[in-house]
Amino acid sequence: MLQTIPLEFYLILSAIMFMLGVIGVIVRRNAIVIFMSIEMMLNAVNLTLVSFSQFMGDSAGQIFVFFVMAVAAAEAAVGLAIVLALFRKKQTVYVDEVNVLKW
Amino acid sequence: MHIDVILAAPIVFVSIMATASMVLDALKTKENGKTIFLFSIYVLMATFLLSALTFSPSSHFGLVALLSKFGLAPAPETLHVSGMLTVFNGMVGVGGYGCFFDMIFTLGGIMTILAARPFLESEKLEHSEFYTLILFAVAGMMLISHATNMLTLFIGIEVMSVTFYILSGYTRTNEKAVESSLKYFLLGAFATGFLVYGIALIYGATGSMDYATIASATHGDIRFPTLLLVGIGLMIVGLSFKTALFPFHQWAPDVYSGAPTVVTAFMSTAGKAAALAAFMPIIMVSLPAAMSYDGSNKIQMMLAVISALTMLIGNISALVQKDVKRMLAFSSVAHAGYLLMGLVAANPEGRNGIMFYSASYLFMQIGSFIILSVLERSGQTNHSLESFNGLSKKYPILAALMSIFMFSLAGIPPFAGFFGKYYLFTAAIHADFTWLTIVAVVSSIISVYFYIGLIVNMYFKESQEQEHESQPGLAAISLVLSTAGIIILGLLPSVVLSIAQASFGNH
Repeated sequence: MLQTIPLEFYLILSAIMFMLGVIGVIVRRNAIVIFMSIEMMLNAVNLTLVSFSQFMGDSAGQIFVFFVMAVAAAEAAVGLAIVLALFRKKQTVYVDEVNVLKW
Repeated sequence: MHIDVILAAPIVFVSIMATASMVLDALKTKENGKTIFLFSIYVLMATFLLSALTFSPSSHFGLVALLSKFGLAPAPETLHVSGMLTVFNGMVGVGGYGCFFDMIFTLGGIMTILAARPFLESEKLEHSEFYTLILFAVAGMMLISHATNMLTLFIGIEVMSVTFYILSGYTRTNEKAVESSLKYFLLGAFATGFLVYGIALIYGATGSMDYATIASATHGDIRFPTLLLVGIGLMIVGLSFKTALFPFHQWAPDVYSGAPTVVTAFMSTAGKAAALAAFMPIIMVSLPAAMSYDGSNKIQMMLAVISALTMLIGNISALVQKDVKRMLAFSSVAHAGYLLMGLVAANPEGRNGIMFYSASYLFMQIGSFIILSVLERSGQTNHSLESFNGLSKKYPILAALMSIFMFSLAGIPPFAGFFGKYYLFTAAIHADFTWLTIVAVVSSIISVYFYIGLIVNMYFKESQEQEHESQPGLAAISLVLSTAGIIILGLLPSVVLSIAQASFGNH
């Protein structure tokens, strides 16, 4: 595969995905959508890692991806629990309605 | 026993025991809080001891020498100690540097747990998870300070951060705590994205995740020099979020003031020291060549500007706060700025300065937050400056201790804070960053105003309120520990400094 598609393409694609994730975090106000954007950032990083790993013939990058996925899963569990606690308390998941503390 | 396990004993021990505490919790059904409380205190004390014993792996007083007497380990002389000693295939560095920070983290953990018990009891929230989470946070921090590979670093940072997300929302029926937890989680996870992207790009540019290999790769020809520079930038952004440096500090005051006070005490001290412990090897060990990329010190200059702005913004914002908890939160941002000066200087003095200041900062900041939590329990639920009026009459001892912490935070001799600042400032001057030192001195002078202001409120203003009985309980031990720490570090700074110096002996 990588013999036909050059490394740059993968890197550019993952940079675009990462930027979309960043924009999503900044623009969207729904906590769950923000969280999904963060997951997209992490997946963009995974793509970068895998393509570098394949390009250099070094397995460290692919192993790192497993850890990123494991951490993302742990964060999802904790994050959704926090959102749930917030919803129970305030019946909202929109971050701009969460403003007891000054931002 | 395998030599790797012995050398990495502090991390291995605390990780296994953190897991064991969950099993213990499942086995016992009555008085779980108390059991796990005692268990975690003992575990942290043992971890402290193990860190001290593995501090210098090849010494004749260390753990290796001790075990070799019983034939459980090879003789310490056979250890290969030229260069940095690493175990587990170069994933974990042992001894010295990491162990110094281990001791800071475990002390922070012990003081937090002691202060937390009376708080949790009074809130009727004493679940054993709290102590388990503190143990896991300490394990994560220790992994960070021992990391010699980006993978270990990443896992450590995440173990620490995820436990902090949970801890900051521990009082889950409290609106402020949930909100602080949500903000911390969203911004922390966002920062993680930047951090891993930075790691990925550095990996792509240098072909390795190992600190030493990256260092040697950056001295030679780099395949993608631009990617390396962008990677370093992203990584600094990610770590700045975790350290709460300008312009990524906005979450800190909200999270620190919303979270339960004992948790804030732990997060803002040990957590900050851990983030600095992650920063230091990356900037000083693996990327010194990349720092002066293109022959100019762009990255060093950028860090210097971040450091200057962090302390100015932190101190000026703290100046206008009416709430003491929030004021301390902003002051913790400012202190991150001082600590960063050592990184900017990038010389051995700066390194020792950071280590010394992390230790003294731990004692003074944890102490002042614990006093806030003691006051909370005696009915003073809001932390407004006015509520501190006449505190010296109501609780003379607490007021006196708070004054010591404030003097130390302001950097007034003979307390620890003064020497910490002194070392960092001289390190910056020797690295030709005189302007940064001037900014730091000016911002410390600004900070004197609000630290001393609090003391004026406590001693020279009259209170309208009724007298209450203060019951610090176990928190008293933490307060004694932190006061003792400040005074010992202040009177004998050279002892700790020489330990910090020695921690690089085998590098």
